[in-house]
Amino acid sequence: MRLNYPSNIRIILVPCTGKVDVIHMLRAIQQGADGVYCVGCLEGSCHYNEGNIRCRERVEHVRSLLKEVGLEPDRVRMYNLSSSEAPTFAAYAKEMTEVIKQLGPNPLKQKAAKKP
Amino acid sequence: MKSGSNLEKVLSAGHFAFTGELGPPRGAHAEEVRKKAAHLKGRVDSVNITDNQTAVVRMASWAACLLLIQEGIEPNFQMVCRDRNRLAMQADILGAYALGIRNILCLSGDHCQFGDHPTAKGVFDIDSMQMISMVKKMRDEAKFLSGAELDGPPKMFIGAASNPFADPFEWRVHRLAKKVEAGVDFIQTQCIYNMPKFREFVRQANDLGLTEKAFILAGVTPMKSLGMAKYMKNKVPGMDVPDEIIKRLQGVAKDKQAEEGIKIALEQIAEFKEMKGVAGVHLMAIEWEHRVPEIAERAGMLPRPKVE
Amino acid sequence: MIVAKRKPFDEIMELVKDCKKVLVVGCGTCVAVCLTGGEKEVAVLAAELDMGRKLADKPLELGSITLERQCDREYLEKLDGMVDQYDALISMACGVGIQFLAERFPNKPVFPAVDTCGLAVNQDVGWYEERCRSCGRCVLGLTGGICPVTMCAKGLYNGPCGGTNKGSCEISADQPCAWHMIYERLKAQGRLDCIRKLEPAQEWLDTKPRTLLQPGYKKPEKAKA
Repeated sequence: MRLNYPSNIRIILVPCTGKVDVIHMLRAIQQGADGVYCVGCLEGSCHYNEGNIRCRERVEHVRSLLKEVGLEPDRVRMYNLSSSEAPTFAAYAKEMTEVIKQLGPNPLKQKAAKKP
Repeated sequence: MKSGSNLEKVLSAGHFAFTGELGPPRGAHAEEVRKKAAHLKGRVDSVNITDNQTAVVRMASWAACLLLIQEGIEPNFQMVCRDRNRLAMQADILGAYALGIRNILCLSGDHCQFGDHPTAKGVFDIDSMQMISMVKKMRDEAKFLSGAELDGPPKMFIGAASNPFADPFEWRVHRLAKKVEAGVDFIQTQCIYNMPKFREFVRQANDLGLTEKAFILAGVTPMKSLGMAKYMKNKVPGMDVPDEIIKRLQGVAKDKQAEEGIKIALEQIAEFKEMKGVAGVHLMAIEWEHRVPEIAERAGMLPRPKVE
Repeated sequence: MIVAKRKPFDEIMELVKDCKKVLVVGCGTCVAVCLTGGEKEVAVLAAELDMGRKLADKPLELGSITLERQCDREYLEKLDGMVDQYDALISMACGVGIQFLAERFPNKPVFPAVDTCGLAVNQDVGWYEERCRSCGRCVLGLTGGICPVTMCAKGLYNGPCGGTNKGSCEISADQPCAWHMIYERLKAQGRLDCIRKLEPAQEWLDTKPRTLLQPGYKKPEKAKA
């Protein structure tokens, strides 16, 4: 449909958000990503029954881990849509970008530059 | 006579026994025990002293029992399995007997979770049934639980509790049978509100011949208010309060609820007096001790029998 | 299996606060099965420690490795050449494994990253329920397969107490009364006789550290180094 969405988003395709594990999201933040979000099917319509539910649980868990560590939980989020909802996809992308802009860059990026 | 206690004498002579209850204070003021005891003196055959009831720390049962003895009242020493191991229990039983205590109740004890030290370790080294058997062994064989001989057996009148209303109902009378076999002399039941269920329980106990081996005292707690009735119905584990009781209290004005509660209790006591297998009533008017004289009078319990 | 729960992050950070280089050691048996201390969870903890310490401007160098288990010496051997370069080891094994690890490397501080919390069954992924207290004198034959020590809050051998509340334990409506269950189970099997007799006072066997020596095997001369 050639809709516009922010260019700062790096898409990683997975067969189902149920494939995304806690360590994947955590590593992304650890290695400097400013935000991570998972976009899965609408709840109740997962092609693999409940992969999106598992992803939601893991996203919640990662958010609590970020909090433990001293980072903003909102850097990691879960979104749901149906695969045909292109405008929604763009809207989520814009929303997530806004959220991250508000939070600012990942604090770990500056720290990584310092020597131990 | 196993102990020669007043309670034992009254029951053995065939009188309808009437016991009371008193909760010790949350502090060291002996006067508080004496004040409550004064209401009960002469109105009951003996008085239960609770042991850290609901897992809330209070003055030790044995200590409050002593205060009662000083006031000329016979105490029923309650001991729970939650707070002591078998060594401490046996030691306390010997000490209690040495100081004049003659009746003991062997109880499990409410879980620590309910009290003011919820994460304390609940001991439960032995359970209430094993405790009954242990006290009997000390009394009748002059032996400690371990089998070693003891010098100077504590001749206690052994009591225990029974809750006919907790599930599974069919098993309750068999549990009572186990306690009787373990050596219990008298039983005080949990407070009764569901009369049909209790009648059935007593019938089963009679059928098994249990009421000939142990004296059963029916527990009565008068409802002070509708609020109390609702609380007991919904919040107290193992309690069975039928809707009829709630309805009766709802049917009267707030300032008449206490009187209605007493009326219900008096009706129950009247029935227990005639019930085969019931040897007495245990009145638990906790924090309402000042009403006991009136209840005792109206229930026809006075004067208490004097048995030599 | 033995189950354990990851300690709060703050507590682990506190334990290693003076360290500069730490090895996180996972275990591939019980704690991996209950999703607390296996390879995945080691990676998560290492990532968390890395991030947390960077944010605190006190970077921590981290190594991580997951052994088959930590309660068997043959698997601990793998660490022998590795450990010296680290200030401390963080073990994600159960209390048993942590101690064996600490025993093998007595000059290296070994910190627990988990709280061992019981012997449990696997109800579903991530859901474990305690069933055994390893009292050492199993009475499951008499109680229809329901443990009175573990499942009864008061550990009664002649239950139930007077606090059963419509089939639940007095401590919580969600906790079934063990003795109620025992009664139902034995009744269905026609074996109520098992609980008719008084069960005498227990001889507690878990009051001091226990050793098990299986008969039929060569007697150990002394514990291997």
